[in-house]
Amino acid sequence: MPVVEIRGLRKRFGSNEVLKGIDLDVEPGEVIAIIGKSGSGKSTLLRCINGLETFDEGSLTVDGKPLLHDDRAAMRALRQRVGMIFQSFNLFPHLTVGGNVMLAPELVKKRGQPAGAQQARLLLARVGLAEKFDAWPDQLSGGQQQRVAIARSLAMEPAVMLCDEITSALDPELVGEVLRVVEGLAKDGMTLLMVTHEMNFARKVASRVVFMHAGKIHEMAPPDELFGAPKTPELRQFLSALHN
Amino acid sequence: MVDFTLWDIVRNLLLAARWTVVLSLIAFVGGGLVGAALLVLRLWGGRRSHAFVAGYVQLFQGTPLLMQLFLAYFGIALFGIQTSPWFAAALALTLYTSAFLTEIWRGCVASIPRGQWEAAVSLALDFLEQLRYVILPQATRIAVPPTVGFLVQVIKGTALASVIGFVELTKAGTMITNATFRPFTVYACVALMYFVLCFPISAWARSLERKLHARR
Amino acid sequence: MTFDFGAVLAQWPLLLRGALVTIGLTAVSALVGGAVGVACAWARSEGPGWLRWIVGTYVELVRNTPFIVQLFFIFFGLPILGVRLSPTFASILAMVVNLGAYATEIVRAGLMATPRGQIEAAESLALNRWHIYTRVVLPPALRKVWPSLTSQIVIVMLGSAVCGQISTEDLSFAANLIQSRNFRAFEAYLIATAIYLGLAIGLRRVLNWAGPRFLFGRL
Repeated sequence: MPVVEIRGLRKRFGSNEVLKGIDLDVEPGEVIAIIGKSGSGKSTLLRCINGLETFDEGSLTVDGKPLLHDDRAAMRALRQRVGMIFQSFNLFPHLTVGGNVMLAPELVKKRGQPAGAQQARLLLARVGLAEKFDAWPDQLSGGQQQRVAIARSLAMEPAVMLCDEITSALDPELVGEVLRVVEGLAKDGMTLLMVTHEMNFARKVASRVVFMHAGKIHEMAPPDELFGAPKTPELRQFLSALHN
Repeated sequence: MVDFTLWDIVRNLLLAARWTVVLSLIAFVGGGLVGAALLVLRLWGGRRSHAFVAGYVQLFQGTPLLMQLFLAYFGIALFGIQTSPWFAAALALTLYTSAFLTEIWRGCVASIPRGQWEAAVSLALDFLEQLRYVILPQATRIAVPPTVGFLVQVIKGTALASVIGFVELTKAGTMITNATFRPFTVYACVALMYFVLCFPISAWARSLERKLHARR
Repeated sequence: MTFDFGAVLAQWPLLLRGALVTIGLTAVSALVGGAVGVACAWARSEGPGWLRWIVGTYVELVRNTPFIVQLFFIFFGLPILGVRLSPTFASILAMVVNLGAYATEIVRAGLMATPRGQIEAAESLALNRWHIYTRVVLPPALRKVWPSLTSQIVIVMLGSAVCGQISTEDLSFAANLIQSRNFRAFEAYLIATAIYLGLAIGLRRVLNWAGPRFLFGRL
């Protein structure tokens, strides 16, 4: 059974339709890279999956449960299954690194102090930041902050992780450390949906690549096929623009 | 006991409210003049005048206006001058206002980038010319909204003059209450009149503030 | 012109008691008024339309009328409706109402400065609205506006000198009592003023120290 099942998803901002009927199934353990020009609707699609954006038509289920915007309890239950990493990290500035990771388990899963701290230390070790438990977010580099954000999201033990251009705000030399962590997650079997501009990374890690164009899934294939033999002129043009 | 209709109450309060307005204007204009002089002193003078103005501001901002009014009232008498609540209130409120305005304006001048002063110096302007032709025109624009906003504080501050016996809106309210035994109605009317005086000014200050931010 | 400060200072127990009452009034109204401000700031930015309107009216009414009139209305006016208040309680109530209105606007300014991404991150971690407000949005907002809030609390403390007028036995009341006994009005008020200045400076220090320790969790 797919973890995420999207059927006929449409989304309008006023008169501007940004998603024009999206169908997508994501199987457990799959790594899906979503590529496309800015304005193609790829970030909106991602944000729909955990309810940060509402949609106008179609259906979306996670773990077989439909996404209901008006039901707060159901939304919170869904979000416990769906983690999200943002372009701008969004660490909480008033909490230490450890505090950032422990906050949601404490409040949502009612996890007690010692258990929460132990889990946080393990997760920070997993992203290579074991020694930063007591540091403050503004003392970290962008790459380190993003790795903390990943650990914070993992603490909720999500079934799916959404990554929204997570390396776009980073200096080039810091991109690698974040991608290595994501690659590790993929290897451990985490289901990932990522909007990304890092084509080499998509080629190496993704099991499927989705090319979005004008609010639709324009092409979708395993990376070798999609990058090696693009079928549509739009994808060819998009890929060749990247090389220049 | 005289029978006061609601209209009698309102009419008497309105008559007294004139003095609230007059006292506010005196304090605001007088305070503005003293405040401007203090500002020049602080910008121009040496370390000692700098410290003087800072101390002056701290003194008036760090003590109750009510105490300042009492000190003015009883202090003037110490010089053997026949004092009146009217004069004491005008004096205390003027000094109080000057301390706040000079501090507000100092902040506005400080927000003008250093480079503007340097550019003015490099054009061989002397200090007063730098201030008059380069700094103040820019600082004034920023200073208008908070200055207008402070006028509300001045109007509300004049209510304390009632305590030293100056008959303005609040004092009139107390006197009418003592005559009518209708404190609820009278003080509600008093509050409403202050609101009618102050709210348009608050709203004006806010819209000035918005326009200023919109232009940036 | 001769001064006799000794005659005033001899009454130091009165002054001390008055100062303690002023501190007590300020402490209680700062705590309760601050809480009122935090609650109303939430209501004004997140609450339903009618609640926003009520809070907005409260804030504007209080900010555009003098504290002394608010105090008189509460102390002299409310008993007509059958609510009889002691001078001390009326003073605290007036201070809470007053500070609450200013604190609402101050805290709201901090809330509006919260980046959208902070809230989205908290939502995507499945936090509920209460936790998002109290644990994610509020602490950085308070940290941002703490200097303004501190100034406002000092202003309320200084404004509380008026409470002596309804015979709350605060510092101003003590000064008044002393001058009525020894006719050294100027000296009595000068000393009281000096104590107020000391309290204002001390209060500012205490708040600067306490804010990071107890409210927003970071030094």
